[in-house]
Amino acid sequence: MSLIDLSGNLLFIAFLAYLIGTLLFGGAIKSNKPDGAAKRADRWGRIAIIVTIIGFLAQLGYFITRWMYTGHAPVSNMFEFTTAFGMFIVGAFILIYYMYRLTALGLVALPIALLIIAYAAMFPRDVTPLVPSLQSYWLTIHVITAALGQSILAISAVAGLIYLLKAVDPKVKTKGRFWLEAVLYFAVLVIGFIVVTVTFRSMGYEAVFNYVDKNGAQHEIIYNVPAVFGMNEYVLLTDDVMEPIAEMPPVINAKKLTVVFWSFIVGSIIYLLFRLISRRRILDLLHPLVRKVNLNLLDEIGYRSVLIGFPVFSLGALVFAMIWAQEAWGRFWGWDPKEVWALITWLFYAAFLHLRLSKGWEGKKSAWLALIGFAIILFNLIVVNLVIAGLHSYA
Amino acid sequence: MEKIICACGHENPFGTKLCEKCGRPLTEEVKNQKVLDMRYDGIAIRSKTRNKSIVDKIWNFFSSVKVGVSLIFINLVAASIGTIFPQEFYVNVATEAEREIYYEETYGSLGKLYYTLGLSDVYSSWWFQILVGLLGISIIIASLDRGIPLHRSLKNQRVKRHESFMKRQRVVAEGPVTAGDSAKTLDLVEEQMKKLKYNVRREGNAILAERGRFARYGPYINHVGLIVFLLGVMLRLLPGFYVDESMWVREGDIRTIPGMDGYFIENEKFILELHDNEKTEAQIQQGVNAVAKNYQTNVKLYKQPDDALPGQTDNLELVKEYSIRVNHPLKHEGYSLYQMDFRLNELKGMNFALTKKETGEELGDVSIDLTNPQKEYVIDDQTKVELLGYYPDFSGFKNGEPQTATSNPNNPAFIFKMTTPEKPDGEVSFVAIKETVEPNGDNVYKMSFKGIETRNMSGLTVHKDRTIPILIVGGIIFMLGVAIGSYWNHRRIWVEQLQDGTIRLAAHTNKNWFSIKKDLTAITEVAHLPQFIDQVEKENNEDGQKEKEGDSTL
Amino acid sequence: MDKKKKRSITRGVILVVLLAAIVYTVYSSATKDKVKLLQVGDKAPDFELVDLYDSNIKHRLSDYEGKGIFLNFWGTWCEPCKKEMPAMSNQYAIYKDQGVEVLAVNIAQTEFEVKNFIEGLGVHFPVAIDETRDVMTEYTIDLLPATILINPEGEVEKIITGEMNEQQIASYMESIKPEQE
Repeated sequence: MSLIDLSGNLLFIAFLAYLIGTLLFGGAIKSNKPDGAAKRADRWGRIAIIVTIIGFLAQLGYFITRWMYTGHAPVSNMFEFTTAFGMFIVGAFILIYYMYRLTALGLVALPIALLIIAYAAMFPRDVTPLVPSLQSYWLTIHVITAALGQSILAISAVAGLIYLLKAVDPKVKTKGRFWLEAVLYFAVLVIGFIVVTVTFRSMGYEAVFNYVDKNGAQHEIIYNVPAVFGMNEYVLLTDDVMEPIAEMPPVINAKKLTVVFWSFIVGSIIYLLFRLISRRRILDLLHPLVRKVNLNLLDEIGYRSVLIGFPVFSLGALVFAMIWAQEAWGRFWGWDPKEVWALITWLFYAAFLHLRLSKGWEGKKSAWLALIGFAIILFNLIVVNLVIAGLHSYA
Repeated sequence: MEKIICACGHENPFGTKLCEKCGRPLTEEVKNQKVLDMRYDGIAIRSKTRNKSIVDKIWNFFSSVKVGVSLIFINLVAASIGTIFPQEFYVNVATEAEREIYYEETYGSLGKLYYTLGLSDVYSSWWFQILVGLLGISIIIASLDRGIPLHRSLKNQRVKRHESFMKRQRVVAEGPVTAGDSAKTLDLVEEQMKKLKYNVRREGNAILAERGRFARYGPYINHVGLIVFLLGVMLRLLPGFYVDESMWVREGDIRTIPGMDGYFIENEKFILELHDNEKTEAQIQQGVNAVAKNYQTNVKLYKQPDDALPGQTDNLELVKEYSIRVNHPLKHEGYSLYQMDFRLNELKGMNFALTKKETGEELGDVSIDLTNPQKEYVIDDQTKVELLGYYPDFSGFKNGEPQTATSNPNNPAFIFKMTTPEKPDGEVSFVAIKETVEPNGDNVYKMSFKGIETRNMSGLTVHKDRTIPILIVGGIIFMLGVAIGSYWNHRRIWVEQLQDGTIRLAAHTNKNWFSIKKDLTAITEVAHLPQFIDQVEKENNEDGQKEKEGDSTL
Repeated sequence: MDKKKKRSITRGVILVVLLAAIVYTVYSSATKDKVKLLQVGDKAPDFELVDLYDSNIKHRLSDYEGKGIFLNFWGTWCEPCKKEMPAMSNQYAIYKDQGVEVLAVNIAQTEFEVKNFIEGLGVHFPVAIDETRDVMTEYTIDLLPATILINPEGEVEKIITGEMNEQQIASYMESIKPEQE
């Protein structure tokens, strides 16, 4: 087995382990009979964390073997970076788990990591050669530290989500209930994206188009899902596939728009089916699971992970980034979209800390802020990388 | 100034919430709190103390955290606006007019609006700079206003605090010792606290154990770092601190380096290397044929003799030979030269053969070096080609004369006079790419095109930034401050033994209650103290669902 | 109340300094060019260029002290440069004896092109090529043609960008003519 195959298998093992880990954490939290429940929860929890650690080690194995194979830290394209981000989230979870021993965290952290890794797998997985600007040891230092910082910050969102799942009463119609359900709906949309991509990929769907870009040059593009939106002045080259319904101007990437459209449709269908069948909100389903968690502890974990993550993020995403930019381009700051969004993330968490320290924004408010912070991180990962083109663009 | 005199007799400055000496609550608001608000230890934040003159009002405005946080959010939104469409410096057009057209054509009317509003260069707009500046002022004033009194209050802490202070802490305990001799309790507490690396002070029957006080200074230290950093950025504007120039230099040419007086650079060779990998899926999807592996310019850096004048280039001294690559700039005396851009295959030479049209017979080759064309190219004593005109970027005729649009050899054209034994008076021919004009009718000979030589051009940028050391210092101070403020916490435990031997305990930490409770659990066990309670948690649980206390594993 | 007043003054001073810093930053970043441009009244930077026709002749600005210098930057592709050259040549013939020197500096073109061009126009004044663009960079020349008038004291009298007609050229030369003893 070659190194790269081994690497792929290890990632698969890690994925399975996280999946099993999630179920075990579910088991740990489910048992609510008073007699002996605490003990049983303890046992389930211990197994769950062991399985999680096995998964983490497997993924670390993936990371190292891929590094050995490619000769550079595997954080150089969308697949590699996103996968690493998922791994660091699990790592950060394990760290926080051993600080606070809160099993409920796993129930949310692992599914988030699973979704992120699955999302990563939707991107081309082959090894990409490095362009000159990425050939620097700062790639390793900057990207890994920044991703690590983001992952620790993400744990605050995990804690915040659990906090809100418990604190928001699903039986009372409030703004909080609406937005929390919206957050869960968004998670279902990500599942929709994965379902769409996996389905059409397994069907081998392919439609080739010619189109004209904004500079007037002609290019070929391959859609892997039925084209709803066509690229600027497209010409369909494949037989027996769907013709696009609408043509987009050159500034919009119609292929990505199509994927977003399908994810939205499929995700919404999944969500609606769930609502129709269960006759309940997702929130209703999750609320009882976290009934027993200690809100104060969650609040502290959320705050603590921001405190731990913020310096790491500052170091990786700003300080190291500036050093590298100075080295590569001669200016430590260039207002590139990715840089700006790193700054925005940093400013946001700075505001979070100030609000908490001096305005006493704790509990629910703090939990919501943590969720918004994570939304900004995801915006960085998804929109800034894929939509707003810049020097850092992965696609 | 008005003073608040506490029951213990201490005079506190106006605005103080908790007596500086004994900790008694001083305001009605604080007296009604079940758990005291310990932010800034109840000191009088300077700005809150007086509010009279206009100076004080402005001062108070910037001192407010609410204003500070609002400024953070405003800056955040302003910065994000700049990422909607690419900023001007990432748009590759030369003039302002073209720029406007670019935004309109690429992004429609929204793009036009974006450009018109100046959002396409938002980060150098006056209002964005003012926003950043206001945030800077807020950082400075808020830190001064809180940092100094906090420092004073932490320095002058009393060991013994009043009952009303102790009872209103978040974590408290009161009651008789659970076992053992109550006379030894304080000794046990002291010993154990020292084991836990606390600083312990004892005054009579009271103990103050404190740990990690320096963590309180973290935020102020990191703010100092930020200010130093912003100051460094500002200094750039002073003359001589900052150079940012770009230049093009062709292979074989020597050029003066803009912004770097007395230095010249010679481009020996530009090298482009491509990865020889099989096309990846991403490459296929994006229609990229090959991925670049290396951009490199081999250069020689020269310096004029010290007494030389601009333009005197005959005595250049070689300073350094270097291969400039991306991520590997050439550094010299605070200046750095970066590989930024390139243009491949610019015409350098053109080869022709003097050819008899009818037979195709070639009398000889003429190679014209476009960087140094000659007046005549002699083939033998009866045959030569004279160059009457050279137009590097031929753009058409005007009044019968060929014109050149630029000095770059984009579309070279020549006027040749061909002298041959057959035509000793010479034949004149105008030769351009895909165009030949013979002004005197049909010539017998022609200059037939044989081939070209090309050279590459490197785009380099020149940087000098004398503010970098300041930025580094600012960055280090900031990181230190953030780390101190985040990874350490200030824990205080007050213990007092009352006359009847009962113990009163209170504990406070600025963060990480989880850990201080661990410490408390330890001393409670060792010194047999009454069980402590967390008043906040108790409160939450009382008005929430009934839960088991300390159920922290779930 | 002395203390109170003192504090107010301290605050005022800090605020003024901080606000001044912002104003300075905004102002200077709005008005400042990337490089300090050559300005009227500056001491004209000294330079030395080799004559187009005789490599033994070096045109060194400081050698012309006491004379008015009409320093013209040009290129063969630049139409207005070409148009103003005959007029420069005519006026130079008149003012040469009155202590005005002309130097036409070509921007890094080949000797062949420059000679061909000058001879084609039949103009007569000293010409030099700025091969490394060193002098041009020193004089922060951006657009062509650009003419720098340097008075006998060696200071920049005037900077003209764009084409000049014969009348203007005459008056410019007049303006830098050294006073007759």
